[in-house]
Amino acid sequence: MADAVQKPGNAAPAKKAATGAFTPAGVSPNRRSRHKYTVRLWAVRHSRFFEWFYHRFAQVFLLLHPVWKLFGYQRVERPITFVERHVKGFLFDCRMCGQCALSSTGMSCPMNCPKQLRNGPCGGVRANGNCEVEPDMPCVWVQAWKGSQNMVRGNAIMNVQKPVNQSLRETSSWLRVTAEAAAAREAAAAAGKDA
Amino acid sequence: MAHIDENPLGAHLPLDPLPGHSSLGRLERVLRRGEFAVTTELNPPDSANPEDVYERAAIFDGWVDGINAVDASGANCHMSSVGICALLTRMGYAPIMQIACRDKNRIAIQGDVLGGAAMGVCNIMCLTGDGVQAGDQPGAKPVFDLDCMSLLETVRIMRDNGKFLSGRKLTTPPKVFLGAAINPFAPPYDFRPFRLAKKIEAGAQFVQSQYCFDVPMFREYMKKVRDLGLHEKCYILVGVGPMASAKTAKWIRSNVPGIHIPDAVIKRLEGAEDQKKEGKQLCIDIINEVKEIEGVSGIHVMAYRQEEYVAEIVHDSGVLKGRRPWTREPNPVDQMVAERIEAARSGQEQDQQQMAEKAASQPH
Repeated sequence: MADAVQKPGNAAPAKKAATGAFTPAGVSPNRRSRHKYTVRLWAVRHSRFFEWFYHRFAQVFLLLHPVWKLFGYQRVERPITFVERHVKGFLFDCRMCGQCALSSTGMSCPMNCPKQLRNGPCGGVRANGNCEVEPDMPCVWVQAWKGSQNMVRGNAIMNVQKPVNQSLRETSSWLRVTAEAAAAREAAAAAGKDA
Repeated sequence: MAHIDENPLGAHLPLDPLPGHSSLGRLERVLRRGEFAVTTELNPPDSANPEDVYERAAIFDGWVDGINAVDASGANCHMSSVGICALLTRMGYAPIMQIACRDKNRIAIQGDVLGGAAMGVCNIMCLTGDGVQAGDQPGAKPVFDLDCMSLLETVRIMRDNGKFLSGRKLTTPPKVFLGAAINPFAPPYDFRPFRLAKKIEAGAQFVQSQYCFDVPMFREYMKKVRDLGLHEKCYILVGVGPMASAKTAKWIRSNVPGIHIPDAVIKRLEGAEDQKKEGKQLCIDIINEVKEIEGVSGIHVMAYRQEEYVAEIVHDSGVLKGRRPWTREPNPVDQMVAERIEAARSGQEQDQQQMAEKAASQPH
């Protein structure tokens, strides 16, 4: 495998092979460019800030609930998804699974794991903390554990996450969370009125 | 005297359910009785011959409480775990059916759980599975629809609530003892005990660990596990196995993800005259060390391509303390199959007219 001719590519297999690291035969299932790890790792290092920011951001979105309702959630979906994809894509290499778990994974997007694990690291993590499948990528879950240690609600990493609902891919999780929070608030208000 | 895990009315009858037990299998009985359990792994054949499976299982006769039917381990193509389980249950072995999330989505997995349980599989092991890049067909599409945690939860919901993941009801839920894997030897080390806690929360009742060559590291892990009180909620089986030579050990260390082999082990193997024998002795030494650790309920012997040594290792380490695991587990449908075969043999003539009438009046 290592002595086979390596073509240059996004994942730079030739460079990887030169270091003596295990290189999968052919190209790994998910190609990605290396420079992106920088921003992703920076976001994890500043997970405390992002946690605070996200909390505020969710509040603002919830305040805007009447606006979304006025235009209709269906109609604002497309522009919001566009913004969300690009903002989160830049910061976290977001994969638009549509059910964001960043707040319980230390601001390290679990969908970047080649196995798309949402509940913790697999047993194949290398001794240097890199991925089994992509030897030059730091394991998403090693990063998640580090990130969660900085966060106030880092304990959320202990919650068992439900399997991904594939039908929600490419939809805005910001809007979904806001709609759910608004519905919960209204239900609570209605319950309060009854009592 | 009848064996303790045998129906007193006859060995051919299925075991009675015991209170607090989630399966009818003997592995759960052994563990819940507090006995030291031994499980092993069957090397899956690359053939369509059932004899290959029976031959490979026969060498474990009377030495193990469960046989893992691996699901394309290392992403290498072999006979499927469902197929192996079908053959093993037919012969009365107690298989542990492994399900890896790499190759099947949730629809296929839930179907396999029902099928496995119907064949008489009492133990299911939920794994994430190695990445496809590790195997012989790196061009395959990795599925990973569920992960090991959501798989555990899915099977637990099927068993305890009698429902599919979708909420649709099952008429007979699968009675299975749920297992998972742990690897205390990979980073992030501080998270590993919490990950076990998560697995227990999701439904794991027993866990098998990755190869343990670094006993001090494992001891450290178990200390944290005991601090969290996890050893009381789940049975922990330590993975052990013989290394054929120092060269194999080195190759495994650099090529198989997730296996941690300290330098001292390789040095010990290199220094030995008969490396194969030393590898076996090393395995026995590790068993003797880990069995003394509080919270360890058994061992899982993985002797890939050295299956013939399993009996010897188990015997020489003395972990069974004279106990002889029962070799045969009756299948609930055994009797029905025997009756069918008998009926076919006796050559009863089929009356077409009568059969058609019966089918018309009683469609079910």
